[in-house]
Amino acid sequence: MTIHEVHQGRLKSPFYSRMAALDSVNQWHEWKGYTVPDQLYCSEMEYFAIRNATAVFDLTPMTKYRISGPDALPYVDRLVTRDMHKIRPGRVAYAVWCNDQGQVIDDGTIFHLRDGDYRLCSQERHYEWLSDSAVGFDVTISVETDEVAALAVQGPTSCSVLQRAGIDVADLKPFGLTHFEFDGAELMISRTGFTGDLGYELWISPDRAEALWDAIFEAGQLTGIRAMGTDALNLARIEAGFIQAFDDFLPATPTVRSGRSRSPLELGLEWLVDFKKPVFNGRRALAEEKRNGSTWRFVRLNIDGNKPAHHSYIYAKQKRNREAIGFVTSAAWSPVCKQNIALGTVRMPHGAVGDNVWVEIYYQREMHWSRVMAKAEIVAKPFWLPARRSATPALPY
Amino acid sequence: MTERYDAIVIGAGHNGLVCATLLARAGKSVLLLEANEQVGGAAVTREFSDGFSVSACAHLLYQLQPKVMKELGIKPKLLGDDLKTIALAADGNHVSYDTESVAGVSDTDVASYKEFAKRMRRFAAIIRRLGNRPPPRLGSSHLKDTAALARLGVDMRLLGRANMRELLRVIGMNIHDELTERFENPLLKGALSVDATLGTHLGPRSPTTMLTYLHRLAANDGRVSQPAGGMGKVTALLAQAAREAGVQIETGRRVLRIIAENGRVTGVQTEDGECYDSYTVVSNADPKTTTLDLLGARHVETGFAKRVGNIRANGNAAKLHLALDGLPAIAGLQQSALGERIVIAPDEHYVERAFNPAKYGEFSTQPVIEMTFPSVRDETLAPAGKHVMSAIVQYVPYELRAGWDDAARADLMRAIFDVLATYAPDLEERVTASELLTPVDIEREFHIGGGHWHHGELSLDQFLFVRPVGGAAQYRMPIDGLFLCGAGAHPGGGVSGAAGRNAARSIIRLQR
Repeated sequence: MTIHEVHQGRLKSPFYSRMAALDSVNQWHEWKGYTVPDQLYCSEMEYFAIRNATAVFDLTPMTKYRISGPDALPYVDRLVTRDMHKIRPGRVAYAVWCNDQGQVIDDGTIFHLRDGDYRLCSQERHYEWLSDSAVGFDVTISVETDEVAALAVQGPTSCSVLQRAGIDVADLKPFGLTHFEFDGAELMISRTGFTGDLGYELWISPDRAEALWDAIFEAGQLTGIRAMGTDALNLARIEAGFIQAFDDFLPATPTVRSGRSRSPLELGLEWLVDFKKPVFNGRRALAEEKRNGSTWRFVRLNIDGNKPAHHSYIYAKQKRNREAIGFVTSAAWSPVCKQNIALGTVRMPHGAVGDNVWVEIYYQREMHWSRVMAKAEIVAKPFWLPARRSATPALPY
Repeated sequence: MTERYDAIVIGAGHNGLVCATLLARAGKSVLLLEANEQVGGAAVTREFSDGFSVSACAHLLYQLQPKVMKELGIKPKLLGDDLKTIALAADGNHVSYDTESVAGVSDTDVASYKEFAKRMRRFAAIIRRLGNRPPPRLGSSHLKDTAALARLGVDMRLLGRANMRELLRVIGMNIHDELTERFENPLLKGALSVDATLGTHLGPRSPTTMLTYLHRLAANDGRVSQPAGGMGKVTALLAQAAREAGVQIETGRRVLRIIAENGRVTGVQTEDGECYDSYTVVSNADPKTTTLDLLGARHVETGFAKRVGNIRANGNAAKLHLALDGLPAIAGLQQSALGERIVIAPDEHYVERAFNPAKYGEFSTQPVIEMTFPSVRDETLAPAGKHVMSAIVQYVPYELRAGWDDAARADLMRAIFDVLATYAPDLEERVTASELLTPVDIEREFHIGGGHWHHGELSLDQFLFVRPVGGAAQYRMPIDGLFLCGAGAHPGGGVSGAAGRNAARSIIRLQR
């Protein structure tokens, strides 16, 4: 056996050179083996680029699996809770997958690239689970995380920027995907994203990554294009009401304590669970949960005041017999909504839409801690849901 | 449009027969499909050479449950119902024992064995009571499950403080430690080690071999009996009871797949393409074959399919049948004593050493042999004046590293004869015909995946609540209408009928 030289330390994404060139604060962290920026110059400005212009985010470290073969459709259909027969080639599905106990292993997007050829894209790694699930199916599963460079181009002017780069995506519907040729290579573009705004994700071979970045930035010069880090993206996704693994739920596989993981019904994702499907992972447990009632409920909170309710307890009453009914999992002051917003988890039957609850916010002023009880309303819709997000053809800005 | 049966049972092994009979007696129309031309599964009598017959797989009756026999109203004729076990010594100073006492050992060992046997019988009785009812579901608040757990608790308490503590001490232990603590005589320790490990992929120093020992004693306090006409006679009686109850038995029809539609089973399809409809399908096949081959993993959830795939179920015992032109001479043994159960395992280390190669995919060159000459008690099995020998040889792994071929079989045969020659020098020259079944042959001929008698290793992690796996331990598979009734389910193998009876009772209760 020979000892191969393996890469030590953090990996650099194919877009690294371009991000490094724009970086002025040198604030990076590790994400699935890659070094990625929290921010490149100012997270607030990067955030405003998402909402007012175009922001570009390197999502190459997202875990990507290719699922293909004659049984690819029945395989993914049994894997996830939603009906994948409805996801035709050229469409993308947001999906969750569960273990036999009906607990969410992770969420992600499944791209139906071509007939019977899928890409599953998720935050966490799942090769073992995907392989275990392949028993009895004629499918091939391969990891293509490092073989595909991915770039999110998000914001109201994103369509215009791509048009100017010669990529006509105006008619692409939300959750649609299409193929282009770029620099002699195949460029896949999907109208997807994690910002809740108009936006696209671009998928290309790593050796064309820098050329693609340069073309997009060249085209975006007049419309305020910016590169962004994960801080800005996190704020945008909370506004959009998107849940994130390890923040808003714990992936079931590494979770040890019982009751700490969540079912899709407990994450506000019942719309993703199709009980008409006869077999899918978690079906029996979820059907039982549906009959007997869930323990937890996912909530979106519109909170009084302006102090972000990070990690706050949630109470049903302000005073007397105060009993914590849950806690906040993600919180932020939303600049675009001018609201103090949060995502959280509360015990059933609390947390119905329209209910008022109380949030205990701790904050620090010059070393000393203070506490306020802020009133909060449970709201139904994501906080930020602009018409341009779903308008087709995409609105020109 | 074919007729829809109330239930279809796949496989006419003894458990399949018991289950089908009880379902039919409960008023259900039952179709029983058997792949082989003969019913009985691994409990059959087969002619392997002109005029010479043996019980082709299982050859001694330990476990047929009195409850099963009583419920079915059958009473197999037994030729000796408490066979002695004779542990052979090369010098002729053999040791023999039955369920009560031992001879040929020191006075200390005689006393120790008496006490040991008595205590083991008490413990085994608890295993027997557990075996005769479906295991409770853990984490369930259902009254039935709570009651079953409570009954187990009561059974344990009734042992008394000292015995309960002793049971809890030994249940996860290996038999080797227990035997070396209690006994002096190497032959006795060797033979008891064989009792604990026969038919398993476990050596006497493997954990939980006390459990496998108790499992062997469970049914009838460890009484070994030889049914007249071989094991096939027992299953023939069961088949007769099944037919009388109205079960339609079709032999020579191998089920190719269990048909599942919309999350429930709707019938089965046989090899010849025929489909049979039923909303209740009961499989006497092992859990792996049932789930992964017949049903298909796609019809169950990933975690369940994985657990089933992980069941340890590779057999490690071969079966040897010899046609003899006369009984061999064994030093220090009367010819009539050849009608008993004879074990070659001169000491407890011999058994563990025999197990060693099997861990690495090789068969023992000094194997453990359990042999019987059933024709001594039963003249129907061989022509007048001639005899048959039926032996279990272990360890002979299912997955032989070099692969099973004629050369490997010949090598194994040679090793067996070399060991036999030590005790019965004239045996080999008396052989007129022979048949050797490796676990691979057992798998092929009796349709047991891995060729493991118990359809899955019998050990604590595959026992009771988790036999065959969590999510199917109450005979009910996680797809509507599919049930297990074979040895892979609780309480495991041995020709006992307990799994078949428990399964039938569970199905009847569920569908009431």
